[in-house]
Amino acid sequence: MSLEKLNDVIAILNEYDNNPSKLIPILQKVQQKYNYLPQDAMTFVANSLGIAPSKVYGVATFFSHFSIVPKGRHIIKICDGTACHVKKSEGIINAAKKRLNLTDEKHTSGDFMFTLECVSCLGACGIAPVAVVDEEVHPQMTPEKITALIDAVYAKEKANA
Amino acid sequence: MPKPNLAEIKNAYDKHYKNITKKIIICAGTGCVSSGSLKIFEAFKKGLEARKINVSLHISEGCREVYLTKSGCQGFCQQGPLLSIGDIFYTKVKESDVEELIEKTVLKSEPVERLLYKNPADGKQYAKSEEIPFYKKQTRFLLRECGKINPGDINEYISRGGYFGAARACAEMTPEEVCKVISDSGLRGRGGGGFPTGKKWDLTRLSKGDKKYVICNGDEGDPGAFMDRSVMEGDPHAVLEGMIIAARAIGADEGYIYVRMEYPLAVERVRFAIKQAEEAGILGCNIFGSGHNFKINVMEGAGAFVCGEETALIASVEGERGMPRPKPPFPAQSGLFGRPTVINNVETLANIGKIMTIGAAEFRKMGTAASPGTKTFALTGHVCNSGLVEVPFGATIRQIVNEIAGGTANDRGEADLNAFKAVQIGGPSGGCLTKEHMDLPLDFDSLKSVGAMVGSGGLVVMNDKTCMVNIAKFFMGFTQNESCGKCVSCREGTKQMLNMLNDVSEGKATIKTLDLLDGLANVVKVSSLCGLGKSAPNPVLSTIKYFKDEYLAHIKDKTCPTNNCKALAKYFIDAVKCKGCTACKRACPAGAIGGEVKQAHKIDAAKCIKCGACAATCKFGAISAGG
Repeated sequence: MSLEKLNDVIAILNEYDNNPSKLIPILQKVQQKYNYLPQDAMTFVANSLGIAPSKVYGVATFFSHFSIVPKGRHIIKICDGTACHVKKSEGIINAAKKRLNLTDEKHTSGDFMFTLECVSCLGACGIAPVAVVDEEVHPQMTPEKITALIDAVYAKEKANA
Repeated sequence: MPKPNLAEIKNAYDKHYKNITKKIIICAGTGCVSSGSLKIFEAFKKGLEARKINVSLHISEGCREVYLTKSGCQGFCQQGPLLSIGDIFYTKVKESDVEELIEKTVLKSEPVERLLYKNPADGKQYAKSEEIPFYKKQTRFLLRECGKINPGDINEYISRGGYFGAARACAEMTPEEVCKVISDSGLRGRGGGGFPTGKKWDLTRLSKGDKKYVICNGDEGDPGAFMDRSVMEGDPHAVLEGMIIAARAIGADEGYIYVRMEYPLAVERVRFAIKQAEEAGILGCNIFGSGHNFKINVMEGAGAFVCGEETALIASVEGERGMPRPKPPFPAQSGLFGRPTVINNVETLANIGKIMTIGAAEFRKMGTAASPGTKTFALTGHVCNSGLVEVPFGATIRQIVNEIAGGTANDRGEADLNAFKAVQIGGPSGGCLTKEHMDLPLDFDSLKSVGAMVGSGGLVVMNDKTCMVNIAKFFMGFTQNESCGKCVSCREGTKQMLNMLNDVSEGKATIKTLDLLDGLANVVKVSSLCGLGKSAPNPVLSTIKYFKDEYLAHIKDKTCPTNNCKALAKYFIDAVKCKGCTACKRACPAGAIGGEVKQAHKIDAAKCIKCGACAATCKFGAISAGG
């Protein structure tokens, strides 16, 4: 583990007084920093809190928000809750998968630009079907719109490169 | 710690408010924000300032003329972005409309007609929100302030009578008296089960413990439900007030609000509300001079549906995997960190302050005898007006779907009352109601009697193009995915039920499958550890009960009556519409399409793998999946 990473994790642990009952907020902060939970950071958290690494791993794999593999630079969440599902969110998910060459097992594009997550309800059912690209909520999606959103992010990345 | 004088704050607010000549409220709920309402807010601010109009963003000393404010969710999400200027209500507003709105409505009080709401059924226009059928037919008691006030201004909440109930409970009443008011009101838990809130509080009050906790359950995980999100975003102080009163009633000095991480705006608004309440001396030490201390922490969930179950939620606050444990002991005896704990849902808590103000008897005037009060429902799916609605208990599906929501919508989004097929109530834990239940009074007990439940209050309307097997499969896929794996019957049972439903939708099932499915569903229902497993079979059982024909069509005739199940689809080309462009022939991965250029093509059923690629490619709509 690099010194920089070590200092980051120590700062997070101190913020929560090294309290083992705060394991979930601690992991949330670590994930916020690295966009996933690196194994060395999880082990360090376990040792610092005086709990078994297997317990940290258990919590990290139980909750869907945590990822133990690196994610892409941009996160696309497509809602497949009931309201979105009856409004044909499946077609939107398939369009995004096709655009990014993803499968049921592969959620992150080969260039690590995008991770696609299917979520069960973002609570914005009134404007279903919904997709969220990097925190921005997009209402009334269609397969064409999601493909255009992805293209737009790629174009922006290219312009900034 | 300052001792807040609520009456003084209210008077000062009312006095300053009188200087306002025009009030602009822009909806800043999740729905409207995503349709661009924050840009509209900025455009108003810029446009008004450019005209040298005195714009106030807060009601305070020296405020004059135009008050520009953001509200929480106003509920009419599909028509967003929503805003009102004075009492004129606008829908689907765009940034480019702002200049015209300032010139006409702000300066001359004239309406901009093209932005008024037009009822799709009769084309009638409405200028005031109260007159629109969507709002007019509701009873907005809990949501009274939601969408009207600025959730980021504690003084506005106080000016509407907020925190007076908490002050009275803390300073003038004993814990027994507080519990009695809530017991007398007959308030039942809005999270699903409908357990009497007063009784829950009393049990926790009587439990011995040197420390007790209050938890607000904002882990609204039911897909298709967003009532709690709207309340936390639109009226966060109401939730805090409910928690303060609950804490007083049971003798707790610490509370947690558990919010789903999928609701970033709700987390932000609740955190800000807590900060304001602490600064005002409403949260903290010796609140309202009662000698009673109370602080509230916010915990963001990490994405697990099962954490809506109270013991699983407690486990995750303690930093464990969110798995439920057997009851008893109930949280009232041994909850968070082994201490007596009250867990209430967001909507339940938001009712408390209002009940303390109006009294139990007045509250009982709404709803039915066994289910007093109102219930909010998140109305979605195939309806003309989806959004957040509130009705008294005892209202019917007919009133909600036809009168408030403007009727069922067909696949093209047009109103079509005959298109109604079913409504799923209570999400993956609930059941479906059909045409025969249109006039069933909705309350805790009558819904249970027909195999459904209020649940958290998600209402998903489905039109006649919806496949009920597919819906049952969808919910089972959800609960299977969310099953925590602790007890065998839920972990394995949901998996096997899902397999059987897959067989049905792929035409592989026999009549035996249906019997087995029904039998297994009943076993899982009685033998699972927690509410998730106990209620997971409900969508299966209720769709089999009310739509058995549809299951039989899949099983015996190998057809899907609504053409939703891909594996059973039989694709064919309409020879009249086909132009012979060969696009489908090239798209077909199985080489199943034959025919010459400019002549009608044909699909070889034996080779077709039913992928649907041809139908998606055809520009002329000549290919469809027949039953």
